[in-house]
Formats: sequence, C-alpha cells, structure tokens
Amino acid sequence: MTHYAIDLTLKPTTFDLWHVCLAATAALLALTLIVVLISVILGMRRCRRTLPMVAPAPVVSEPEVRIVEKIVEVEKVVQAPAPEPVILKETTPDAALQLLGLLQKEARFIDFIKEDVAVFSDADIGAAARVVHQGCVKAINDHFTLAPVSQDNEGSRVTLAPGFDAAAFRLTGNIVGQPPFNGTLVHKGWQVTDMRLPKLTEGHKARIIAAAEVEL
Amino acid sequence: MSMEPRYSIGIDLGTTHCVLAYVDLQTDEDALAIEVFAVPQLTGPGVIEDDKQLASFTYLPHPVEIADGETALPWVGKAEHLVGEIARNLGSKTPIRLVSSAKSWLCHAGVDCKQAILPVDAPDDVPRISPFAASTAYLQHLRDAWNHQFPEHPLAQQDVTITVPASFDPAARELTVEAARVVGLHQAVLLEEPQGALYSWIENSEGDWRNHVKVGDVILVVDIGGGTTDLSLIAVTEHDGNLELTRVAVGDHILLGGDNMDLALAYTIKAKLEQDGGKKLEAWQLQSLTHGCRTAKENLFNQPELATMPIVVASRGSSLIGGTLRTELTRDELNRVLVEGFLPHVGVSEKPVSRPRSGLRSAGLPYAQDAAITRHLAAFLSRQKEATAELNGVQSPQHASFLHPSALLFNGGVLKAGELAERLLEVLNDWLQSEQAPVARLLQGADLDLAVARGAAYYGFVRKGKGVRIKGGTAAAYYVGVESAMPAVPGLPPAIEALCIAPFGMEEGSEQALPNDEFGLIVGEPVRFRFFGSKTRREDVVGTRLDQWRDDEMEELEEIEITLSEAGYIAGDIVPVHLSAAVTEVGTLELRAVSRRDQRHWKIEFDVRAAES
Repeated sequence: MTHYAIDLTLKPTTFDLWHVCLAATAALLALTLIVVLISVILGMRRCRRTLPMVAPAPVVSEPEVRIVEKIVEVEKVVQAPAPEPVILKETTPDAALQLLGLLQKEARFIDFIKEDVAVFSDADIGAAARVVHQGCVKAINDHFTLAPVSQDNEGSRVTLAPGFDAAAFRLTGNIVGQPPFNGTLVHKGWQVTDMRLPKLTEGHKARIIAAAEVEL
Repeated sequence: MSMEPRYSIGIDLGTTHCVLAYVDLQTDEDALAIEVFAVPQLTGPGVIEDDKQLASFTYLPHPVEIADGETALPWVGKAEHLVGEIARNLGSKTPIRLVSSAKSWLCHAGVDCKQAILPVDAPDDVPRISPFAASTAYLQHLRDAWNHQFPEHPLAQQDVTITVPASFDPAARELTVEAARVVGLHQAVLLEEPQGALYSWIENSEGDWRNHVKVGDVILVVDIGGGTTDLSLIAVTEHDGNLELTRVAVGDHILLGGDNMDLALAYTIKAKLEQDGGKKLEAWQLQSLTHGCRTAKENLFNQPELATMPIVVASRGSSLIGGTLRTELTRDELNRVLVEGFLPHVGVSEKPVSRPRSGLRSAGLPYAQDAAITRHLAAFLSRQKEATAELNGVQSPQHASFLHPSALLFNGGVLKAGELAERLLEVLNDWLQSEQAPVARLLQGADLDLAVARGAAYYGFVRKGKGVRIKGGTAAAYYVGVESAMPAVPGLPPAIEALCIAPFGMEEGSEQALPNDEFGLIVGEPVRFRFFGSKTRREDVVGTRLDQWRDDEMEELEEIEITLSEAGYIAGDIVPVHLSAAVTEVGTLELRAVSRRDQRHWKIEFDVRAAES
C-alpha cells in the first residue's frame, strides 16, 4: 500500500513563469472583487442619499415657483410628478364570478345564454325568458339598489351647469361652445346607490358558477 | 365591559323565520329608534349574506356533502348546524335532511321534545336532532351573530325578550326559556306574539295611540304567520284616568298559515296541469311549482289590475328552453283557493270541522284539519264571549252570541295581501252587523313581518316602567286531575276530578296560596298527574274541584311528573305535600310540591312528555 500525503509546509523551490502567471491572476481577481464591492457600497449610499432628495424636489420646488394665489393649480402640480403610468383598477375576478353565480342561481342566466335560441319557437323562448326575467329581478333587487342618474323624464329638456359630472352625464351630438349646455335627456341613466354582495368564505370556489347536480 | 344592559333586544323565534330587533336603552323615550338586526347567514355553501330574517330551518348535511370551509361563518370556522337560508335552499332539494317547524313540535302533545326525532321522515343513517336542539340552534346563531357585531355588548348582558305564541302551553314556554338558558341567555323573558304586535303598533304611533283607541274597546289581534295562526283579545280600560290594556283571552294553537296557502295553490295548479296535459308532476316539480305559486300570488295581490300570472316550472337540466312547463294562475283560482278556501264567509256560530283522526296516529304535526281561518275565529269569539265580563267599562250587549271586538290589528306576512286582510275584516263586520253592533275598525301602520320582534324590543323599555304595559297574566286556569273518592265501577276508568291549582290571569311574579288538598307522595318514586288547562273558566280559584266540565272548556295537556328527591328522607317514605303554582318573572308557570312537614319544595317538571303512550 502506498500512502499519498500532501505536505502543506512545502514551499516552491523554483519560481518560474507559471508561478508568475498564477500570482498575477490572483492579484487581478482580488482587485476586481475589491472594486466591485466598493462600487456597490458607494452606489447604495448614493441611492439612499439621493432618493429623499429627488422625490420631494418637484413637490416642494415647483409649486413654489408657480404663484401661490392659484391653489387649484398647485394641487394639480403636486399630483402630476408621479412618473408611474396610470394605474388601472384591477377588478377582482371573484366579484364578477359571484354575480354570474347569482344570476345563474336565481335566473338560470348562463343556461339561457348558452342555449341556441334559433331552433325554438318564440313561445318557448318567451316561457324561458319569464324564468330569466323573474330571477334577474330578484337577483338584482336583492343585491343592488338602483336609481336613475337624472330625475327628469326622458325626452324632456335638461340644462347641464358648468362643472357638471362628466362621468354621470354623457354628452352626444353637437358638442360645441361652453356650458351650461341645453339638451334633450335621451336616457335617464342608472346608478347603483347601494350594493349588498354576499361575502364568500375562504375556501369558496367562485369559478364554479353552478355545481353539477347529481341525484341519488 | 359594561354590566348594565345597553340594549333591549326582542327576538321573534318564529315557526318559519326568526327576527331580532334592538333598541338603545340610553336613548330618550321620545326618540326611540328600534332597529332590526341584519343577521349574517349562509345562503349557499361558501356564501354569506345579511338578511333581516333568519329562516328557522336546520339542514343536517352528509359528512362529504359540502366541501371543507364552505360552512364557515364570520364567527366560527365550521358551523355546528346549518341554519338559515342555506338550510332552506339545500333542504328544498333534499327534504330528508331538513328540519322545519321545530317550534310547532315544542307545543305538540305526546312527543318528547328533547329526543332526537327530526326530521321525521329521515332514513335511519341521517343523524336526527330534537325540536329543542333546533330551537337552541337558532338562538345560538342569533347570539353569535349579535356578539360578533357588538363585541362590547354581548347578548347575555342585554335585556332580552323572546316571543312565543299566545297559545303556547306552559311546557312549551318552559322549553323556550330553557333553550335560551342553554345559549347563556339566563335573563331572557317571554312575551306573547300578539302582544308584541300591539306593542309595536303603540311604539309606531309615537304616542298617538291613545287617540286611536278608547275605553271599552276590545282589540282583536289576528296573527297569521308562515306556520301558525294566533288569536288574542286585548281590552282597553281606564284606571285613574290612564288608559290600560288587558289581554283577556288567547286562542288555540292552530297550525295553519301562509305555507299551507302556497301548498294549496300548488296542488290546485298541479291538478290543472295533470288534467289538461295528462302529465304526472314529479316531486321536484311540485316544489318548484310551490315556489312559482308564491311569486305569482304576491304579484296578483300587489297588482289588482292583473287577471292572470304565468307560472313556469323550469327543467332541472341545463337546457332551459323547451324543457319548461308553462301554466298560469288566474285571479279566479287565487280567490277560490285562498280567499274562499281559507277565509270563507261563515256564520259566527260555525265551528271548525274536525274529522276523527285515523286510528293510527302518524308521527307528524297535528295540522289544523279545517283550513277555514274564519271558522276558527268564529269559534274563538263565541267561546270567549264572557271574556270581558269582569272588566269595568267594557260592556258587551246582553244577547251577544260572541264577543264583539271593536278594533282589529293584523300581524303576520299573510295579511300583507290586501284582499285577504279585507276579507277578514269583512267577515268580522258581517258578524257584528248581524247583531247590530258597530263595525270594527282596522288599526293601521304595523310592519307585518317584523312587528313582533320590534314590539318585543320595545317591551324591554316598558319593563323599565316607561310607556303602557299590557296586563293579562296567564291566559288559562290550570288543574291537576285527581281520582275522585267514588267506589270503583268495574269496566269504567275511575272518575276524575279537576283540582284548580292556578287561576286565570295570574300575573308575572305572583304566587297563589296553597290549596287545602294534600297528596301523599312516595319519596324517590316518580308520580304523574294528569294536567288540564282552561282558557274560558275565569272564576275558578285555587282549590276549586270540578267533577264535570264541558269538553270545549277544558283541554288536557301533557302529564306532569314529580319525583321527591331522597335527600333528608327515607326512600319509600310517604310525604304529604300541597301542589302550588307561581308565575315567574320570566313568564313561565312553575308548579311546586310543598311539603307540609317542613316547607321544603320540589319543582314539578312539565317537559317529561308522555313518550311511552
């Protein structure tokens, strides 16, 4: 049996080109590492220092540059500097699924939509439509309180004062000039004044709009 | 945590719905605002909604029927019993696991209400629960829902009033109080539902009620709920210049209500369908038809200009068009079945028709055999014609054949239908006019679905000495049956005498003197007494012995049982006792056996129902 042992106390007796190369590489790597570390630390420091500096800068400085007497404008400027893109509201899929579930449960809504109405007579469709209508009325009335946006009668003349809520009143047709606008109320609009959607338990699978039914 | 009650809470523990109303006791009497609590409840697996009514149904699901976590409520991860709308929804498709009308069982003679007997038609491997447990479950749900919303004011520390039908017997009242105690509501007191309705009317009038009634009025309260019809008479008298209200009579427990009406309509339509098309309807179709009939009925009653209302029974499969069964409910049918069927024009002398029950009594509820509510009402008014005899200021004409009410107060969802309410008033006024009496007027302005709970919440105020209180006490006199000292006649059961132990109209918190009669009871052995109640014998005092009575004035209730505990006595020893009665502050009747030797007393139990018969 032969024992191979490494004696760590050994020192090179010769110092040839290979050793020079080896030493140079080691020194180079060490240098790179040090440089990288230093730059990282410096970078982090700079970030920490600059962030509070940069962010309030437009908030503080710009409104001050603008004139104080117009408060409205100052407010607008405050909101403006947010550089991010407009955040669109994500609708939670659960609420949508829940509404589908309610309409299916009360009104057989999905059943109705999924059926090919072309092959049935109007009388048959009418009978089914009663189920759907009755159920939808119940589902909607139970969970939403609806009110017309405009209290005026459809077809009557209405006046929209300056500063009207453009989300609640949609202008169509000959939109020129400045408010107040005079026009005919074509549709009175609907708004939900109260909503009472059911709450869901943690484990509820909202994607199952209607469970398959098996009779034993 | 405050120990002083902040709210007065009224709980209407109904046959088909429970309602909880509350009022802040710290508000001023003039600015009372009674709120109805929206009860969070499961409406389907995993779906929780708030509703002012909690459906009084319990569903007993199969262990794998509903996914884990889908029965969570805001206050508990897994509900012990499924109650409320979910129970009714699931139960409509699986009736063998649905417990309904638990309350009616509480007042059902011949059944041990603490035995797991519901659902009656369930197969053997469905776990059953007792009517008592079901009632407890509804109270527990209400308690937890309340405590969840008002953690600083737990229900157990508020003033709680629970309503019971005026026709509930002492045992059923006791069971209701016991159910409340099980869920920690030791302070709960009872109130009769028709009284609750009247309190609500008083509260609703905002002090103006005194202008709507006058001394000498007799108010008839007709409460037609989902499952029961409850009648009460309340007289208006005067004392020291103040108006007083006294409840003078209550009706029998009539199991007849809105659900019977919907079912009657469904069977009418079913017959029509089967006759026209020759189609046999399946059970699920009848269920759906009942549902459709209810909607059509409401629409027809609400819109008098409609002549017919289509009813569609949709197929169960996903194909909706073509598979539907279409029919319609006409106004004629509605009038014939509901108005003429349930509220026919009858003479005031008529009595409800009762067929002899078939020999084998099935294990079901004793539903009223005669659907004509007007006939039940006629019998009630005729029987109670003496009800106001002892009151000052309330005079009945000499030859009246029935008690003449002068005002009418409605309650219960059924009477929301204008035509039914009108018919009832019409029939009553026909009777009155036939005896040249002034017609009765309708007291307006009560919310028929929620009035009882609201009135019960208001009662909490009244109990604090504010506002007017309806007096009345017990609505019946109570008797025990004792064998008379006659020589036995072979072949005949020993003659029985009724010994009065509690007179009519005992007020809450009062006790009656001991009668002279004494019984020798054997220590350690249960002794049973036959127990009777009479809603018409107002003159009997404690100790009155009756050896004969008319069938219609005395009603046999469940037997009562006494066991003298052995402590301090030797088993087998005979102890002479008196039987005495007291009405507790809560509103229950308490019977006691008091030893003549040392004044020790034992409570006599009602709730041991004669189960072996």
